[in-house]
Amino acid sequence: MTFFSSTAATLVAAIFDKQSALNPAGEQGASIARLWWIYFCVLTIIFVLVAIFLFFAMLPRRTRFVGQEPAGVIEQPNESHERRISTVVISAVIASIVVLFVLLFIDFFTGRSIYALNDQNTADADPLTIKITGHQWWWQVEYTNESQPSKMLTTANELHVPIGRPVKLTLNSNDVIHSFWVPNMHGKKDLVPGHPTEMWLRATQPGTFRGQCAEFCGLQHAHMRLTFVAQPPDEFEQWMQASSTDAPQPTTETQQKGLQVFMSNQCMMCHSISGTNARATVGPDLTHIGSRDMLAAGAVPNTRGYLAGWIANPQNIKPGVRMPPNTLPSDDLNALVDYLESLK
Amino acid sequence: MKPLVSLAIVCVVGVVSCKREERGFRVQPPAAEKLSAATMSDLHPGGGPTPPSTSNGYEESAYAVSEGQKLYMTMNCVGCHFHGGGGIGPPFIDEQWIYGSDPKQIFASIVEGRPNGMPAFRGKITDYQVWQIVAYVRSLGGLASPSSAPGRGDEMQGGHPPNSNPAQTPHNSSLPPSAEHP
Repeated sequence: MTFFSSTAATLVAAIFDKQSALNPAGEQGASIARLWWIYFCVLTIIFVLVAIFLFFAMLPRRTRFVGQEPAGVIEQPNESHERRISTVVISAVIASIVVLFVLLFIDFFTGRSIYALNDQNTADADPLTIKITGHQWWWQVEYTNESQPSKMLTTANELHVPIGRPVKLTLNSNDVIHSFWVPNMHGKKDLVPGHPTEMWLRATQPGTFRGQCAEFCGLQHAHMRLTFVAQPPDEFEQWMQASSTDAPQPTTETQQKGLQVFMSNQCMMCHSISGTNARATVGPDLTHIGSRDMLAAGAVPNTRGYLAGWIANPQNIKPGVRMPPNTLPSDDLNALVDYLESLK
Repeated sequence: MKPLVSLAIVCVVGVVSCKREERGFRVQPPAAEKLSAATMSDLHPGGGPTPPSTSNGYEESAYAVSEGQKLYMTMNCVGCHFHGGGGIGPPFIDEQWIYGSDPKQIFASIVEGRPNGMPAFRGKITDYQVWQIVAYVRSLGGLASPSSAPGRGDEMQGGHPPNSNPAQTPHNSSLPPSAEHP
């Protein structure tokens, strides 16, 4: 009994989790969740009705044959009985068609409400434009700023949006087809190489949610996650301000050594840290790596141990990942981790 | 008897073809420690036989060659050598190899750098990645196994795709272009 109750509790907790379409925190997600619940209720009623009728059909029809014929004899056609059967079948077919059409119309109106934001694709909607690029196996997030190009912001695997403001996501891919999916916010949308796609959404509730690549994209597809943070506008502005600044200068001696290690080894061939000479765009931007919750696209939490382990041998955590193992002396590795942790 | 024979053929083909797609994520790169044995010149005192060429195990693996292709782009080899046709740097699709076509010699050229502009990548790329680039560079010149060379590139190419390049006899000139054209 405790097993069942604990399983049920886990199931309910999973349904209303930070990665669940049934726990909507945005307009579009709410429409999808509403549609899901309508389907769930209608189909449950139909299922129960069918099960009840099936149960009665299975009952042996004793009364009709009592004392007359042995069981198993084929019933002779009887006109009134035939008519009754056709009435039942025809009305059931009509009911099915009506139900299907009702569901079709609900689908249609759900689609309209989901894509209503896209139709306001005008300047006065004042959307926040974010460019998302899928890589094997991480997400590159760029906040474009047309009026102030110097305020552009590039980060990775973490997407912050303000509540209440329309957000326009431009989805691209660098290598293979990925799919952007934050179930609490919206449905899925593919990231196709060479063909930018768009997704519009508006968050309504604050919280931290989890996105996931939803199109098989290679060996580490399962470890291609995204942290989605919906924040009140003032908090979002604070985050933007803090994130658009250059990386803080190293203060302690070990941090300075860490910066040197970063610049003199292979790190700077792929990663960039703004305010330094490292400007490569092959790997994730590390300007504010210390402020992120997760490492390696949500594979492991961002703690000192995991960070050091990840740098030393990423292939142990995500076999096949593009980052090579780095054989650094332990002093250098320690200094490097000190420096990266200071990049808040 | 016949089904047994075909089963045996299927097994042999299966075992052989596995190597092509093998993905070793924790492998030791081939022959990195013998780098000091690489020679830049074909001239040897005493006129004895030239040292045997090394083999790069990555040339057998389509995965490693395609990783090399990716690195060729991301490490900006393409910036000077273009897609094998050469431009600022020498081409790879011809039979002329200034500093040698042997895997070890190409490895040395990448990590040590060469006069007239080739930067030294020592410490900037890990050894096994250099070997992957070596495998791809050789496939551009038709020197790698056609079974593992890429069937097409993602960019425009004038010539053959690497896997159908005609096999070439490399000509290791051992003379830097500055000496050829003073």
